[in-house]
Amino acid sequence: MSDAPPIEPMPIEACGLVKRYGDIVAVDHVDLSVERGDVFGYLGPNGAGKTTSLRMLLGLIRPTAGAARLFGRDPIVDGARALDGVAGFVEGPRFYPYLSGRRNLRLLGDLDGGVPAARIDEVLDVVELRDRAKDRVGGYSHGMRQRLGIAGALLRDPRLLLLDEPATGLDPGGMRDMRELIKRLAADGITILLSSHILAEVEELCNRVAIIRTGRIIYEGRLDELLQSAGGGYLLRASDPERARAVLLAHGIDGVQVVERELRFQADAATVEAASVALGKAGIGISLLAPHTATLEELFLGMTEQAA
Amino acid sequence: MTRVYKWEVLKLLAQKRTYLGLGAAMLVPLIFVVVLTFRSGGPNDIPLGRSIRDTGLATPFVVLFFMSIWAFPLITALVSGDIVAAESHNGTLKTILTRSRDRGEIYAAKVLAAFTYTALVIAAMGVVGVVAASIEWGFNDLTSLSGTTVSAWHGLGLLAASLAIYAWPMAGIAAFGLFLSTVTRNSASAVVGTLLWALLMQLLGVLPGTESIRPYLLGEQFQAWHGFLRTPADWTPVVRALWVCAFYVGVPLAAGYLVFLRRDVAGE
Ligand SMILES: Nc1ncnc2c1ncn2[C@@H]1O[C@H](COP(=O)(O)OP(=O)(O)O)[C@@H](O)[C@H]1O
Ligand SMILES: [Mg+2]
Repeated sequence: MSDAPPIEPMPIEACGLVKRYGDIVAVDHVDLSVERGDVFGYLGPNGAGKTTSLRMLLGLIRPTAGAARLFGRDPIVDGARALDGVAGFVEGPRFYPYLSGRRNLRLLGDLDGGVPAARIDEVLDVVELRDRAKDRVGGYSHGMRQRLGIAGALLRDPRLLLLDEPATGLDPGGMRDMRELIKRLAADGITILLSSHILAEVEELCNRVAIIRTGRIIYEGRLDELLQSAGGGYLLRASDPERARAVLLAHGIDGVQVVERELRFQADAATVEAASVALGKAGIGISLLAPHTATLEELFLGMTEQAA
Repeated sequence: MTRVYKWEVLKLLAQKRTYLGLGAAMLVPLIFVVVLTFRSGGPNDIPLGRSIRDTGLATPFVVLFFMSIWAFPLITALVSGDIVAAESHNGTLKTILTRSRDRGEIYAAKVLAAFTYTALVIAAMGVVGVVAASIEWGFNDLTSLSGTTVSAWHGLGLLAASLAIYAWPMAGIAAFGLFLSTVTRNSASAVVGTLLWALLMQLLGVLPGTESIRPYLLGEQFQAWHGFLRTPADWTPVVRALWVCAFYVGVPLAAGYLVFLRRDVAGE
């Protein structure tokens, strides 16, 4: 083996991935690096190119340009061996509708080289499908298929899990269960790439994030740094927003944004304290004055719209 | 590889269309026997047609002739045209291609499973035909195409050899079905396309002016078994069927393999 992968290669390293469909550039020079232990959020609106990126990572489609490596192996070059220790699914997981859930898992286990029946019971327990395992998948609900998809992935004892919008289409309870499950898997030490357009999900689960829009990565880095970089502001709700703005300006606070009856601004704590006294003296009522950290949603909207 | 093949067979066994084809292949000789029991006359102008009521051995040969036109090609296409396209339709291609098997192995298992089914269909027709017809007309000596008498058991051996050589052009049809199944990703188009192709091959054989290429057409190879039923056996059509069909099997399979290996699996 002359091309043995280096020691401790990264779970995911993608370099300049491009996928073109005719005139559409679905994925446009995407670089990604996911490190061991990451729960990596791959965030973008519908049609941004998340699924297409994941398909290239899994070797389902050939990149127009660039290459992806999973633990140092390129799925286009190394075939199925590149998926050693890797599991996951893109879009909804699909199964043979005419076979039972358990038989579908037995089939997948056999494609992995054979899995003991006890292990199949184990993963069925993890996703709480054991009592429906003998039924045909054709009769499963969307949520059950989604969970069977996770079970099928876990059957491989993955070190890296690629999940493409696993909570999409689930009811609120199902979404919560899916998040709990992902948390548990991450706590077990599995590196996870989670694509999502649900911001709360990424905020709750991920430590690192890449934001993709129309095929391009517009941010990649730590989630807390991203939140900090945009945070540090204050939110004020006052009885007379226009006069309040004038008072703030008098204290040297400019760049105040007024959104409906709320004012947003950047300032240090001492200035804010002084301004609050002045607001009171000016007869302006304050119903809310609080530090404001931008939610991912605001960041996301800001970034995707400004790039347009 | 054995495991992948096993599951391809199990998947076929879990689908209705498999039984549709297999059932039809078994039903045709039964209907044949029943009809000829209640009606006089018979298929006098085809090989062994006159012997139909002399021995149960003649029936499968006669049915082979009739089913070669469209019934067997359709039955074969039903499975071979579906075996890759069904995965596209169910979206399961991505499921099985993200496990620990290379695409080539999955393809090979599908090819073997489709061939297994094809062989099974022909064998089932033969067994049902011999048994049903022998119950009706007896398991008697057979008159060969050269006019000599062949003992019943020897005749049974000739039937087995004939079915085996008959399976070869059928494999050519199955291979074409697999190719279309891979390329079109659509079961209905692959099944219909395969059937049309089989009919075209037959049509070419009966058009005037095709005499020179006729021995090399796929449809002609369905008659190769005649060689076994001459005394002494005429190996020329048998040997030609072997190599001609190798071509009809090999080319579509290789083309399908290359496509399957490289193609994008998106949304399927
Ligand atoms: N097989 C395909 N053929 C043509 N266009 C495609 C194909 N797959 C994806 N696209 C296009 O590529 C873009 C990205 O799609 P996708 O990766 O599915 O986005 P996401 O998963 O982020 O919603 C979309 O504009 C989509 O229409
Ligand atoms: Mg998607």
